[in-house]
Amino acid sequence: MSTHFAADTTVLLGRSMRHVTRSLDTIITTAVMPIAFLLLFVYVFGGAISAGPGRYVDYLLPGILLITVATGVSYTAFRLFLDLQSGIFERFQSMPIARSSVLWAHVLTSVLANAISLVLVLLAALLMGFRSGAGVLAWLAVGGILLVFTLALTWMAVVPGLTAKSVDGASAFSYPLVFLPFVSSAFVPTASMLGPVRAFAEHQPVTSIVDTIRRLFAEQPVGGDIWVALAWCVGALVVAYLLAMATYRRKAA
Amino acid sequence: MTTKPPPAAIHVEGLQKSFQALHVLRGVDLDVPPGSIVALLGSNGAGKTTVIRILSTLLAADGGTATVAGYDVATQPADVRRSISLTGQFAAVDEVLTGRENLVLVARLRHVGSPGTVADDLLRRFSLTEAGGRRVSTWSGGMRRRLDLAMSLIGDPPVVFLDEPTTGLDPQARVEVWAAVQQLASAGTTVLLTTQHLEEAEHLADRIAILHEGRILVDGTLAELKALLPPAQVEYVEKQPTLEDVFLALTQEHA
Ligand SMILES: Nc1ncnc2c1ncn2[C@@H]1O[C@H](COP(=O)(O)OP(=O)(O)OP(=O)(O)O)[C@@H](O)[C@H]1O
Ligand SMILES: [Mg+2]
Repeated sequence: MSTHFAADTTVLLGRSMRHVTRSLDTIITTAVMPIAFLLLFVYVFGGAISAGPGRYVDYLLPGILLITVATGVSYTAFRLFLDLQSGIFERFQSMPIARSSVLWAHVLTSVLANAISLVLVLLAALLMGFRSGAGVLAWLAVGGILLVFTLALTWMAVVPGLTAKSVDGASAFSYPLVFLPFVSSAFVPTASMLGPVRAFAEHQPVTSIVDTIRRLFAEQPVGGDIWVALAWCVGALVVAYLLAMATYRRKAA
Repeated sequence: MTTKPPPAAIHVEGLQKSFQALHVLRGVDLDVPPGSIVALLGSNGAGKTTVIRILSTLLAADGGTATVAGYDVATQPADVRRSISLTGQFAAVDEVLTGRENLVLVARLRHVGSPGTVADDLLRRFSLTEAGGRRVSTWSGGMRRRLDLAMSLIGDPPVVFLDEPTTGLDPQARVEVWAAVQQLASAGTTVLLTTQHLEEAEHLADRIAILHEGRILVDGTLAELKALLPPAQVEYVEKQPTLEDVFLALTQEHA
């Protein structure tokens, strides 16, 4: 069976990528809200926010990239939910294919679709004046962090995708993920926040991830932050993966 | 020398299944000989779909044993899946893909040679060639149902489960499906189907099993089932009793 895992996953990946490319609105919608946040914060609130000496768009972009992924993974839950509802999931389950291929295909689709959305947001930021002198290694590090972050959130999305009773239920889980960056260093420095809020903001995962990406873009040393960021991402990934697999096994009897 | 009867393609013994307090299957026994068509009849909610889902490894039974093509559904599910295909009660097709893409998808997943040719052949066989290039979301219910069935025939599995395969089909399409099922059986495929149309069971099935209150009430050929009706009633209906008469008489008697 496992000899077919790669082949089956590839076939199923091709299938769900067709779902993505045939409803491009899902990618556009994923990119639109983060781009709207970019516009709003750079051109409306940006003047009133003191986030240091540099361009505010440079400060803002890392957090916006995380919001993009948080929005994007809700479509993964949505596509998985539709597969269960339409019965095609059970058809696959009754076929002689590597069982976890069905999930992996959705997860890889999520990674690809989010990558496209991230590129769109990045292009919008470039138009708005974002610049970075980061070298190849720094860009690779940013890509790597975003990849692990996307995988963690995607495996999280698998759980509601498999268990939701309605379409809304399947995507509602991402709302808190979208708003987590607001209580972090993504929009304003945490130093400006009130005591307890500041304590929360400085210790939640988004701040360490955002700070790391920001320093990589700004060609500054990342210090210990990158390890905190990676620990959060990998930790969340492992927990989400185990949870998703347990849910899947229960579902697949 | 004694010739042993060939092992059953589907063998079910004492199958039990409950959903919370609802005891749906209370000891189902059923044997389906290889290459035969067996129709499973039962009222709504009798548990026909539950039996099919257990046999196709989608649901675990609470008790009893079931083997398909010689493999135990509980302990050898992968072998079972290699030997079966399932057409569920509701068409399980990908609406975003075209009909042809659906067929190619299943052909690839079943690792058959030249998936495109297989797809085109099946489209022709089920009169879907014209619609084949359109997205399934634009298809009628009956067309989806035929596509669903066509998807299940790919890879020539020795055992096929059809859960109400002709529900929602027009008479013409129903005849096409019947022909396809008969063709399968004559090529040696074992078919277990459920149906609400009793004349479908009469027309297609070698044997008929009636599931009622969690057990198989009767199991036999059409002639055997008809012989079960009391003679007085046979006289009363003048002509040969239909399967419908038998079904209603039996399930009411045991209600
Ligand atoms: N997953 C489930 N959870 C709870 N109850 C279930 C579940 N699946 C089936 N049931 C119940 O088990 C009983 C048998 O259902 P099943 O679908 O097997 O009947 P059926 O004979 O196929 O009926 P129909 O002719 O309407 O298709 C029904 O009362 C149904 O509500
Ligand atoms: Mg049913």
